[in-house]
Amino acid sequence: MSSALIIEQVLNGIQLGVTLFLMAAGLTLIFGVMGLINLAHGSLYMVGAFACAVVAAATGSFWLGLAASLAAAAAAGAVMEILVIRRLYARDHLDQVLATFALILIFSEATRWLFGSFPLYLNIPSALSGAVHLPGGAQYSLYRLAIIGVGIVVAAGLYLLISHTRLGMRIRAGESDREMIGALGVDIRTLYTIVFALGAALAGLAGALVGAQQSVQVGMGEPVLILAFVVIVIGGIGSIKGALIGAVLVGVVDTLGRFLLPVLLEVFLPPSQAASIGAAVASMLIYIVMALILAVRPQGLFAANA
Amino acid sequence: MTRERTVNLVLLLLVPAAALAAQAIGETFYVTLATRIAILALAATGLNIALGLGGLVSFGHAAFFGIGGYAAGILATHAFNQEPLLFGLPGSKQMLVIWLTSLVASGLVAAVIGAISLRTSGVYFIMITLAFAQMIYYFAISWPAYGGEDGLSLYVRNSFPGLNTLDPMTFFLICYGLLVLGLLVFATLRASRFGTALQASRQNPTRVAAVGITPYRIRLVAFILSGMVTAIAGALYADLNRFVSPSMLSWHMSGELIVLIILGGTGRLFGPLAGAILYILFEFVLGGLTESWQLFLGLILLGVVLFARGGLIGLLAGKERHG
Amino acid sequence: MAEPVLDIRSLKKSFGAVVATDGVSLDLREGEIHALIGPNGAGKSTLIHQIAGTIRPDSGEIRFLGQDIGTLGVAERARLGLGRTFQVSSLAHEFSALRNVMLAVQGSQGSSFRFFRPVMDDASLKEPAMAALERVGLANRAGIPAAELSHGERRQLEIAIALALGSRAFLLDEPMAGMGPEGSQALTAFLDGLRQEAPILLVEHDMEAVFALADRISVLVYGRVIATGSVEEIRNNPTVREAYLGEPA
Repeated sequence: MSSALIIEQVLNGIQLGVTLFLMAAGLTLIFGVMGLINLAHGSLYMVGAFACAVVAAATGSFWLGLAASLAAAAAAGAVMEILVIRRLYARDHLDQVLATFALILIFSEATRWLFGSFPLYLNIPSALSGAVHLPGGAQYSLYRLAIIGVGIVVAAGLYLLISHTRLGMRIRAGESDREMIGALGVDIRTLYTIVFALGAALAGLAGALVGAQQSVQVGMGEPVLILAFVVIVIGGIGSIKGALIGAVLVGVVDTLGRFLLPVLLEVFLPPSQAASIGAAVASMLIYIVMALILAVRPQGLFAANA
Repeated sequence: MTRERTVNLVLLLLVPAAALAAQAIGETFYVTLATRIAILALAATGLNIALGLGGLVSFGHAAFFGIGGYAAGILATHAFNQEPLLFGLPGSKQMLVIWLTSLVASGLVAAVIGAISLRTSGVYFIMITLAFAQMIYYFAISWPAYGGEDGLSLYVRNSFPGLNTLDPMTFFLICYGLLVLGLLVFATLRASRFGTALQASRQNPTRVAAVGITPYRIRLVAFILSGMVTAIAGALYADLNRFVSPSMLSWHMSGELIVLIILGGTGRLFGPLAGAILYILFEFVLGGLTESWQLFLGLILLGVVLFARGGLIGLLAGKERHG
Repeated sequence: MAEPVLDIRSLKKSFGAVVATDGVSLDLREGEIHALIGPNGAGKSTLIHQIAGTIRPDSGEIRFLGQDIGTLGVAERARLGLGRTFQVSSLAHEFSALRNVMLAVQGSQGSSFRFFRPVMDDASLKEPAMAALERVGLANRAGIPAAELSHGERRQLEIAIALALGSRAFLLDEPMAGMGPEGSQALTAFLDGLRQEAPILLVEHDMEAVFALADRISVLVYGRVIATGSVEEIRNNPTVREAYLGEPA
């Protein structure tokens, strides 16, 4: 096994992690500020991917599509927040789960009705379609590297937003004391809508970026959503830093597990068995990691409200 | 008799009456529909122990439903192929053996998942139970021995001593009998010391600890019992469809089980049955009108959550009273 | 002299830079009411939490009936006979008053892993529970859900629960809070008799009640006990007058 192959897998893991971070950042922000668990976050991811695919197909420009994905997901998020979500802040988690589960059904079926069950295709923009040479002689997809770059930019941007802007100050105030922020005269309804739309836009961005690698179809957001849950459970709900570290951890462990476990098991087992057992165990690996972390730290690595 | 009791009695008699009527006019399709109602209601009754009594919002009960289903599928496959299963033990086509296996397997898995998940609460608990169920789902998909993604077919419905399980009405009655048993288990638990401590742990865990009862242990046992009841329903579901697949383990299944309880009425003995009747009716009526019936299910569910917290039974019978 | 029922030695607890409990030592002896007073923020609640087991102290020792209970959980301490009432009523709000007390009887009897017999047909739970309700004067409200009881009735129900637990010591956290003058008087008379059954550690702001009831008073200021003594001693203690009663020494 060459080191180039391992570098490639690690980068793939980081890229998956970055995608998860875009999802998890919004989820964890929404939970931290509004105390809401949003299952329909995966639907916003799907909205972003469809918006990008449709606009890119109509205009021929991936970049316009990307802008459309941000706008569409943010708009869908804002509408969702105003019509449904804001009625849920004072409710218990069961109601939040059910209502947002209902939103998934509505979004999925409406999308299926509009676009049909067949996947749409979205091409990687030509400017990013090549490969780059890495030190050590490996080649790596430029597009994947670009996604990692986007993740770093978003993480830095979120950090600056939260620690250095007026909006960020209000978000932090909202996390620590919801009544206080009302007393400060901040329009809390607008703040919540903005935070929700921001989270939605990040999910939409993730959907568009991944949509170009894979296919754009109904239900594409759900597996990512569940992985994002694992990420924020590991990272600590409400913590952006935890989301970033959790996301990279989950991405790398998942990718490397699928790659390395079958290889490792070949030492003990015949190749065909090693492949199937390796694949089965690798599919469970991140959940095992999650269970181990929870056994030691039930509130996650960076619990915000511990 | 209180109004809730009247509603319960009507619900209890409604499904068998419909099944018998369908049988009488030769429409066995409706008997199968009634059987699905009974099985889903049983699965949700299991979940109702954790969710309704204990306030434990498990978003991973599909795991137990699927484990029951796979227990039936795997035992039947080994019996059919005459290959030993584990430690030289043979497979089985006997429902009683399958049910027992489902109970043991789901109980063990629930003990592990519960022991870890119950260290947390609130949103963490919801997400962690979801994640563990998803882990089992992915395991079922990537483990090729029992069909992987394609699932596993049962060649013939499993048997029950002295009964012809291939007859739809007989199989319905088996399922309905187990549902009634499940409802009895729920009602007995609810009135018992254990149920008192469990319900009090939902209402106020601090109070429970202050009178010398550890909520964690109560909840763990409730979670295990809850998973076991749901697993029996899973075994029946496999026998109904003569097929098991990872979709029984999917998170949509977990969500649907919660939906059944809420449609019927949270915390009510007959909530799951009322919910299952409504759900299957929606699926049948709306599904006949449009392929996008889940869109309307979503809208109805949203309406119930936002505006009609008591569900169907709340609507019919009014507010709940406790002892 | 016999060993105190509850014996707290050099208890310390900090939250970050804030020292909430700064080397507190106090004890509770058979047959007495020991009142704990102090201004808001003096650390009374934190101290009660540490005794009940909801907060772990950083250091120090808590002995109850001769046993070190520092490592035990809340439920284990309650089973040993540490009966507690809460500053803000903490009840199973859907259950009736009776079933709330029955839960305590059930807790004192040990096993909650009984799955079959309906509690409402169980005289071994019901009779002691009714007896406790009668003692606090709530028997006629037994069937009412806790959520529908008045504020004062909930305070009485808290006491009934502590009674039904068969407590060997009572931790009463502001039992008079929010009670009208009549209710306070009735409760004062009741607690006066209760000390014979088991000693009471009483946290209370109602000074009239404290001075009427207490055998001893400890004054907590900034996490420290600045004085312990009889009612007279505390009344005349210049440090207390300055620190707590706000009078110049």
